[in-house]
Amino acid sequence: MSDSLPGAAIIAAVKSVGVRIVMALPDIVSSEGLLHPISRDPELRMVRVCKEDEAIGISAGLHACGQRSMLLIQHTGLLDSINALRAVAVEYSTPVCLMVGLLEKEPGVAPTKSGRYGVRIVEPILDAMGIAHHLLETEDDVPIIPKAIDWAYAESKPVVMMLGRRPTAP
Amino acid sequence: MIKRDDGLRILARHIPDEIVVAVYSAAFDWVQIRPHALNYFGVGAMGLASSHGLGLALGRPDRKVIVLDGDGSLLMNLGSLATIANAAPKNFFHFVCENGTYEANGDHPIPGRGRLSFSGIAREAGYAATHEFADLAVFEREIGRVLEQAGPVLIDLKLVPGAESPRDYRGLYAAERRAAFRAAVKQL
Repeated sequence: MSDSLPGAAIIAAVKSVGVRIVMALPDIVSSEGLLHPISRDPELRMVRVCKEDEAIGISAGLHACGQRSMLLIQHTGLLDSINALRAVAVEYSTPVCLMVGLLEKEPGVAPTKSGRYGVRIVEPILDAMGIAHHLLETEDDVPIIPKAIDWAYAESKPVVMMLGRRPTAP
Repeated sequence: MIKRDDGLRILARHIPDEIVVAVYSAAFDWVQIRPHALNYFGVGAMGLASSHGLGLALGRPDRKVIVLDGDGSLLMNLGSLATIANAAPKNFFHFVCENGTYEANGDHPIPGRGRLSFSGIAREAGYAATHEFADLAVFEREIGRVLEQAGPVLIDLKLVPGAESPRDYRGLYAAERRAAFRAAVKQL
């Protein structure tokens, strides 16, 4: 089992299922491995937002036009966006794909076992909301990404892909 | 001041078949004035109309996207002005229906009522153009030219409520309406 999470593999997986727009707020978890490379990727458009719930609205508008997108945010922003997720993604049955950095989660430790309160509560909150979630801890987990995004758009539901450690820079 | 339904009737003449995102009182007026599959109402509250509109504008850069925002709504999502200015969609027209109150939630005044300038904030955020209209005749004379400008454009309408429209929240947010919108966009 690998003990790293390569950013290049994540980006390739995201692009492989037709995502061409990424809405993002900087997060130190994904900054080097994902955010900087995505900002330089000619095949991806990055929309820099001021608050994470904006990105849920943008994603819904893009979906209404038949376009796939993904949010790249931190778990603090996920927690701040609960109402938008509740209304737009869950109650309106909208596919919204979120890749979420778990700030200060200990690598190799399950989120619910983290010493960080903010990290421990993420999965229980998503479970309470009925939102599907996956943990990306190592390179072995990268194949989850295209399946999760395809599932979200097929089922018109939100999905959260949690970064369990900092992705490595390409 | 412009009566909201009078102003929206004039606007509707200029955008018979464009994508329109609308919220709260403006949405209830708009759906009566311009019933159309390309109306988009399911924004999830909390000021997200402008963000949905940005997604639509990026998704369909070949079509004008009109957002009928509220002043209280926009205050909940002021950062979207910077986001939109940065993304710079040329097809984005952001109307603020400024009545100075949270009309749909008891008519309480917005913070900064009568003092803050939505057009000023948008201009400094980097919108390509901003306008304010408080007179119906001037709005009628100018709106055609405004809609020919390259966006993002913010248009602050100084409004009072006009004739009351039916408040059918369930109908406005129905799943069938969202499905019809997606189907209509596909046909464009």
